[in-house]
Amino acid sequence: MRTRVFVARDSCALSVGAQAVAEAIVAEAARRGAPVELVRTGSRGLLWLEPLVEVETPDGRAAYGPVRVQDVGALFDGDFLRGGRHALGHGLTERIPYLARQERRTFARVGVIDPLSLDDYLGHGGYLGLRRALALEPAAAVQTLVDSGLRGRGGAAFPTGIKWKTVLGEGSPTKYVVCNADEGDSGTFSDRMIMEGDPFVLIEGMTIAAITVGAQQGYVYVRSEYPHAEATLVQAIERARGAGYLGSDVAGSGKRFDMEVRRGAGAYICGEETSLLESLEGKRGMVRFRPPLPAVQGLFGKPTVLNNVISFATVPTIFADGAQAYRDYGMGRSRGTLPFQLAGNIRHGGLVEKAFGLTLRELLYEFGGGSASGRPIRAVQVGGPLGAYVAASQFDTPLDYEAFAAMGAMIGHGGIVAFDDRADLAQMARFAMEFCAIESCGKCTPCRIGSTRGVEVIDRILARQDPQANVALLRDLCDTMTAGSLCALGGMAPFPVLSVLNHFPEDFGLEPASALKSA
Amino acid sequence: MTPDAVVTTAIAQHADRPGGLLPLLHEIQDRLGYVPPESVVPIAKAMRLSRAEVYGVIGFYHHFRQTPPGRHVVRICLAEACQSMGSRQLLEHARKSTGVDLHETTADGALSLEPVYCLGNCACSPAVLVDNELVGRVDAQRLDAIVEQCRRAV
Repeated sequence: MRTRVFVARDSCALSVGAQAVAEAIVAEAARRGAPVELVRTGSRGLLWLEPLVEVETPDGRAAYGPVRVQDVGALFDGDFLRGGRHALGHGLTERIPYLARQERRTFARVGVIDPLSLDDYLGHGGYLGLRRALALEPAAAVQTLVDSGLRGRGGAAFPTGIKWKTVLGEGSPTKYVVCNADEGDSGTFSDRMIMEGDPFVLIEGMTIAAITVGAQQGYVYVRSEYPHAEATLVQAIERARGAGYLGSDVAGSGKRFDMEVRRGAGAYICGEETSLLESLEGKRGMVRFRPPLPAVQGLFGKPTVLNNVISFATVPTIFADGAQAYRDYGMGRSRGTLPFQLAGNIRHGGLVEKAFGLTLRELLYEFGGGSASGRPIRAVQVGGPLGAYVAASQFDTPLDYEAFAAMGAMIGHGGIVAFDDRADLAQMARFAMEFCAIESCGKCTPCRIGSTRGVEVIDRILARQDPQANVALLRDLCDTMTAGSLCALGGMAPFPVLSVLNHFPEDFGLEPASALKSA
Repeated sequence: MTPDAVVTTAIAQHADRPGGLLPLLHEIQDRLGYVPPESVVPIAKAMRLSRAEVYGVIGFYHHFRQTPPGRHVVRICLAEACQSMGSRQLLEHARKSTGVDLHETTADGALSLEPVYCLGNCACSPAVLVDNELVGRVDAQRLDAIVEQCRRAV
């Protein structure tokens, strides 16, 4: 019998040599006459162990990693095909504490199945959610989503069920379902891991949305920086169509829904939903005024369900297991789980799907194992480039949308970027303004001009030119941008800047008190 | 295919699709490495847009180039996670070892150096995208190897 060996085809794994390792295993197996079946999967999300090699044993999969090409011979010598002991061995994958302590709902299949095998998907509960949804009246399906408490996982945390309800209530015969896969926030990669590791779950989630609200066409807007995700998704869509899960008769329901992938072109602003719609229409990604909301007048002026990858990918499990089962996870108004992403200067970087309510400290130390450099973690940026720099004194705040908002921070898409004590946070604050200037769509003045002025004012503070007056000016500018910008880019770029001013004023060459006085 | 033929084919494939301008421009750049200025007029005509509208879209998106790139494009991630692991220093090293700055191409035409803001490889920072190949945990030595490989490859 052939022994099944698993190596990820996720682009993170590939970026550190998984392809060469996979080829070396096949070659070495052939040389030794060992019967091996190589399966390419998504990544388990234990990214510091990539390239991770797993072997099927009677007790479950055994893990080895990080494996280099030159380790492959020794793995065979150590009888890894029967789960033999080796210096790179970690025992059974699912008992590795990092994985065992997670609550994987959205990511249940990622790293386990062959992402392009529809049989594998169906064998692991795939399309159960769609079957349940097809048995419901649209209003009841929307209610299921409302009851689950799911909020938009792209970062804005707007209740997903309410969005769907609005689109359902629109009378238009033409409606669209659009997936925002423009995952531009630094420190985030959960969308990419879903698209590369379990693309059918995204297709299923969008299909459920479409049959619920009465849409017939869907688009996934994938950023151009994700070539592997795009290629995987395109293939998965073809296979779903070939098997009758997309097209004129979705899963035998008599309902029509089809979808296609559209590629972005390197504009961060296109992660903003109205800018994304403009881009999908073939225009410059300029932010639209709201109202009208996309749910009322979205793509090509038609009612549009527009959700993030993780939101759509969570829909099937909600329908398959029931709203209550999902709602039971979490705290306060943050229900369910979030796939957190541990990134930057962190020893054990990767994907941690947990119910809301755990603390940053648990994530950073119990999962993350502290910094990669071994130095103290001084600050973490949570929620992407528009998120605040959180100080160690705040690490015990529970990860909950409201608790983070209360301290001027946000959870956003769940990206957590760690910095050690060598980080120059004034430079990071400057970068926040610089990034806003590079990526501003230019439609509103506070963002377009304010971000450039922000860089200049920060440079003056750093050059010790009348720091008191310039700090006051910077705070005033931040106020204008927050209150006067059209969208979150200009409106939230001040968050990282103010968080550094408030919590790390010494990096600006200020006495802690002088910056706090005007806070 | 000549550049003209590439443009004509791309127009035939995409001009009538809803929101077809971005797919059309991607098609051209995927094949030619950039969007030639001469393509603006035929695209505008086929899509019933003004030249300014087509030019405006090309200019808006960082991904689209209006000049030919080097044989390889090396994109260094400069977003926060990669900065926390030293991507600014890596960029400095790249400037020295290639002799060019961001948005420039080496004199031998081997590679163009570009910034990128997040490649979704933030747990294996710093990350670099070489054409369509993602490379993680890049240090100065690894970068030198990438540059060398670009110089040798045709």
